[in-house]
Amino acid sequence: MVSLRNHESTAPAPRARRGGGPGAAGRWRALPALVRFPLAALAAFTAVLALTSLTGPAEDLRIGSVGYYMLAIAGLQLLIGYSGQVSLGHGAFMFIGAYTMALLVLHQPAFPLWLNMLLTVVVSCAAGVLVGAATARLHGPYLAGATLALAVGLPALTVRFPELLGGSNGLAFSVRGAPPALAGVVTTSQWQAAAVWLTALVGLVVLATVNAGRLGRRMRALRDDESAAALAGIPVGRTKVTAFLISAGSGGLAGACQAYLLGTATPSSFTVALSLSLLAALVLGGLGSMWGAFWGAVALVYVELWGQELAHSLSLGTNVANNLPIVFFGVLLILVILIWPQGLHGMFSRLAGLVRRGR
Amino acid sequence: MTTTTPDPLLAAEGITVRFGGLTALSDVGLAVAPGTVVGLIGPNGAGKTTLFNVVSGVVRPQHGTVAWKGRVLRAHRPHHLAGLRIARTLQGLNLFPGLTALENVMVGADRLARGGTFAMLTGLGHYHGDERRLRERAMAALEEFGVADAARALPATLPFGVQKRVALARALVADPELLLLDEPASGLSGEDITALGEAVRGFSARMGVLLVEHHMDLVMAVCDHIVVLNFGQVIAQGTPAEIQADAAVAQAYLGAAEEDSDA
Repeated sequence: MVSLRNHESTAPAPRARRGGGPGAAGRWRALPALVRFPLAALAAFTAVLALTSLTGPAEDLRIGSVGYYMLAIAGLQLLIGYSGQVSLGHGAFMFIGAYTMALLVLHQPAFPLWLNMLLTVVVSCAAGVLVGAATARLHGPYLAGATLALAVGLPALTVRFPELLGGSNGLAFSVRGAPPALAGVVTTSQWQAAAVWLTALVGLVVLATVNAGRLGRRMRALRDDESAAALAGIPVGRTKVTAFLISAGSGGLAGACQAYLLGTATPSSFTVALSLSLLAALVLGGLGSMWGAFWGAVALVYVELWGQELAHSLSLGTNVANNLPIVFFGVLLILVILIWPQGLHGMFSRLAGLVRRGR
Repeated sequence: MTTTTPDPLLAAEGITVRFGGLTALSDVGLAVAPGTVVGLIGPNGAGKTTLFNVVSGVVRPQHGTVAWKGRVLRAHRPHHLAGLRIARTLQGLNLFPGLTALENVMVGADRLARGGTFAMLTGLGHYHGDERRLRERAMAALEEFGVADAARALPATLPFGVQKRVALARALVADPELLLLDEPASGLSGEDITALGEAVRGFSARMGVLLVEHHMDLVMAVCDHIVVLNFGQVIAQGTPAEIQADAAVAQAYLGAAEEDSDA
């Protein structure tokens, strides 16, 4: 497909692309979504494989965490940034995903990982349709309130059904690592990080395809003006529910990846704080771009880590040390939004623009 | 009703709408034949917008029927209009501020896409073809209204007259058979109104037009048939010449029978 495109232009296109000439970006954008997004995902996956080959198990775990947070935030981005529906309860879908994964591993040990991931998507999409249909008539703060109630209430199910869901201790299970054939080549943690990233990137390709096409345009249209969108023939209610479905599917898949990576699903991982962190990370990363989801996920994982390390090196009391990462994140959020309202993605594209003009 | 042609596109009969104790429309009828421009006029609060809303499925009448090409519409909703090939503009411009002019018009062309939900979700099937088709149609519509230069601009950065054309292009891009125009002249200058009048006459070669408008010169210039509403009732209808000569219309607008100019 790539070479087909190049034949159409008279210039020696492959070289021009490598040189980053003015036409390269345009030609890249002209590629069909079906080619462009998988290629970008493949590049990202290669980068992750290269990165994890250099890092140790603890770092692999964090890289994997960036992967699933990125997926969850990108799903939230589609819901909030595109369809204009604010959800404060996205942690609830991660909860559903993580527990579906845990239950599948515990009760159906013969199922392969990909099937578990697929079933998790189905379950969380179904939950998303239910929530989306129930809240389709709610706007703004009322919708936010309803989704917040979900995030508060749902993890309590674990205590209500302790035999099935393991109570407040949650469910622990062990996952299979790398296949025996690759035992000497990759470590279990590398394998896990790669599996999480592959899943997240497949999800991201779907989200990017939706965003770039008719459905994304329908969502942005109804976000901007519901009556005008309806008069253009766009089924407003159905499109809103579809946005919820896609977003819930991403959240659920992210939760499944988390459970797979950690080998546990506990209610304390899915508090309201998680839902609010996802929202904060989305705003910090930048609304309106897939890159925003990536930067938000990086910030979510590493700012907390740096906060912990800082607290450790200052040998503060536990009360202060436990809260320092949150303060750290909050200060960063406020600073970035004050200076770059478009978030970290806005900051990076502004800087890239300056560099380009300076050359 | 039967005065225009025997086979109207749109026929509303005996429409009665009450909001609580207030009767907004009482036994109102209206018909639009293909290739004609029908004007709907009346003082403020006469019920013009309510009738528009009944036709578009926003308001459900207590009595009466709306028939589209001979078929009675019982439960239609605003988002069904495009599929029925009825386009409606709103009183404001109601462009989507976060979408470029081209994307605004592409939303209007959404009906023409061939792919279903599967294609929209996966990027397979008609996804790419639909994008190209909608983009080409939208670009052609912008060119038709002479605003192709504005394709990549956000609406807020464009002059009002250009925004108005983009809104018209969005309404017309999907090739409707009936166009409902809600006060299209509001906010336009004299020259632009003349151009609008010519454009509306041009539309009538391809579709029926129902026009709600306060600007009497425009109404008289472009309409084949005029229906006058006052206090929710049809007080007169006929050709522009008949309406201009009608004493009841003059009274409704001016409150005095001896005056005969427009409001």
